[in-house]
Amino acid sequence: MADIKVNIAGLQMKTPVMTASGTFGYGLEYADLVNLEDIGAIIVKGTTLNARQGNDYPRMAETPSGMLNCVGLQNKGAEYFCKHIYPEVKDIKTNVLVNVSGSSPDDYARCAELIDELDHIPAIELNISCPNVKQGGMAFGVTTSGAASVVRAVRAVYHKPIIVKLSPNVTSIADIACAVQDEGADALSCINTLMGMSIDIEKRRPRLSISTGGLSGPCVKPVAVRCVWQVARAVKIPVVGLGGISSAEDAIEFMMAGASAVQVGTANFIDPAISVKIAQGISDWLDSHGYRSVQEIVGAIL
Amino acid sequence: MRKFQKNLTVSEIQFLGGKYVLLKLTDTDPLPEILPGQFVEVLTPNSQTLLRRPISINYVDRDTNQLWLLVAMIGEGTRALGRLREGDQLNLVFPLGNGFSPVQKAGEEVLLVGGGVGIAPLLEYGKYLRENGASPSFLLGGRTAADILLLDKFESIAPVYITTEDASAGEKGFVTQHSILLEKSFDRISVCGPKPMMVAIAKYAKLANIPCEVSLENMMACGLGACLCCVEKTVKGNVCVCTEGPVFDINDLTWQI
Ligand SMILES: Cc1cc2nc3c(=O)[nH]c(=O)nc-3n(C[C@H](O)[C@H](O)[C@H](O)COP(=O)(O)OP(=O)(O)OC[C@H]3O[C@@H](n4cnc5c(N)ncnc54)[C@H](O)[C@@H]3O)c2cc1C
Ligand SMILES: Cc1cc2nc3c(=O)[nH]c(=O)nc-3n(C[C@H](O)[C@H](O)[C@H](O)COP(=O)(O)O)c2cc1C
Ligand code: FES
Repeated sequence: MADIKVNIAGLQMKTPVMTASGTFGYGLEYADLVNLEDIGAIIVKGTTLNARQGNDYPRMAETPSGMLNCVGLQNKGAEYFCKHIYPEVKDIKTNVLVNVSGSSPDDYARCAELIDELDHIPAIELNISCPNVKQGGMAFGVTTSGAASVVRAVRAVYHKPIIVKLSPNVTSIADIACAVQDEGADALSCINTLMGMSIDIEKRRPRLSISTGGLSGPCVKPVAVRCVWQVARAVKIPVVGLGGISSAEDAIEFMMAGASAVQVGTANFIDPAISVKIAQGISDWLDSHGYRSVQEIVGAIL
Repeated sequence: MRKFQKNLTVSEIQFLGGKYVLLKLTDTDPLPEILPGQFVEVLTPNSQTLLRRPISINYVDRDTNQLWLLVAMIGEGTRALGRLREGDQLNLVFPLGNGFSPVQKAGEEVLLVGGGVGIAPLLEYGKYLRENGASPSFLLGGRTAADILLLDKFESIAPVYITTEDASAGEKGFVTQHSILLEKSFDRISVCGPKPMMVAIAKYAKLANIPCEVSLENMMACGLGACLCCVEKTVKGNVCVCTEGPVFDINDLTWQI
């Protein structure tokens, strides 16, 4: 059987398949439906320093081969996470990562500082690319200086690996990737959702409460593969690929484009056990194609 | 309560006229524990849709190991359910949500109000109430007689009161205008149907000081409390309809009633 273990910036994973932030809750929601231990890493939902109520309903709309969401980072804040949620997730026998968001570099840093103290959270993912919050979020992710300022602030206080999640809603994703690498990011994940919009023509109104939202699902895959390829060619740190992955073949495509690992998001809604099935599928594919390790396909087309 | 992802077999399909179809699904294993008012997330086969669709559990028959879904075909996903054939497999994630309130006291008079396809979960709830010492009554509303679905089945469980807007069945008007509301006093009310109907009943219940719960149908992606797409504003802030609901006490909602 092919070796599918990977190591992303010191993070040891049993499989290269992680679950994407905002699509897998805190993992516990899926406990009856998939063996959580068999997932490479679980990235919990976006966490901010202070609690956020998120946007009004409706927050989602299905679109051709995809969906739009404008959840808007609803969460109970970092302190609540540390006190009430961490004790429940810390014993899950796989990597549990926190996805950190904020509206100023200082916010990000203070949130990351609280998470730094949690022994069983081996790394964080910095979300500098959320399209669904008015202030901050994507505002940082769309300029090199903004992205750099957030990573710099967090790097100063956070001692474990930092994965920075990039937005595709930019002119040159490779430039942002380089800026973030220079500030000490240990790995990158791309991509977050694409900004989109959908209108109910009968009601003559946008389908989402705040009009625009983030597009995810199979329809974004070609954009995501392109982003991963551009970023992987530009940086030395590992890249985690995501955006529309719903099969082992999709995951392998991202890996050939330069991703050392992948995340599965929207597909969890369709098959709660998909992350484990994809890992198995990667292993089977490697076997049937005569590869001994998943490393052999990473960046195959770079 | 434990959740499952399973394939069930479509053992019977009944078209009930108009846009309604009843699917009877059979499980090869004994069906898991299911509460009245819970729902399934169903994968709609051979359709352009991506996400699962939430559908209430209409009826559970433990003798035949059947679970029924009553579906209004209103869009691509629900129409795909209407294209199924007997013998097809249907993938479900279930049982989901909190369900209606359990029996509070022996003999309690519970009015179950339904409109359109919202009557779906009331059948199983009525059966549960009847079997557990309560005294349910159904009040079903529709535009016309053809909208009153599964009437025989409802009548086999409890008294049924009907209103239709065109007087083709029962009393003319909306459910809130039915004479039973004046003639009989109820200990509590449970409602599932179009939002304006639920709001009207909630208003009535509040005025009459009768405890009332409503079952909401917010649009969902995961059905598991993971995506936070299905939230309803409540006195506790935004909460997930898929896990903290779909059934809510009207006093916990922020509706203008
Ligand atoms: C907990 C719960 C229980 C439900 N139980 C049943 C049931 O027992 N039987 C049944 O027939 N339906 C039920 N529904 C509603 C059902 O889920 C939707 O009708 C279905 O998802 C529509 O899918 P579609 O692909 O056919 O339509 P789409 O093409 O997705 O939508 C068609 C139109 O309906 C609107 N729409 C879609 N979903 C909803 C929704 N949830 N609420 C309001 N408008 C919507 C869309 O905006 C669009 O305009 C339930 C919903 C929930 C949340
Ligand atoms: C409902 C929903 C909520 C999300 N919430 C977050 C979030 O809190 N933080 C984040 O970094 N990304 C969030 N995302 C983006 C996903 O993690 C992922 O980047 C995106 O959906 C693309 O992957 P996919 O096509 O596999 O879903 C969310 C996506 C969805 C659909
Ligand atoms: S539908 Fe995902 S949280 Fe309710």
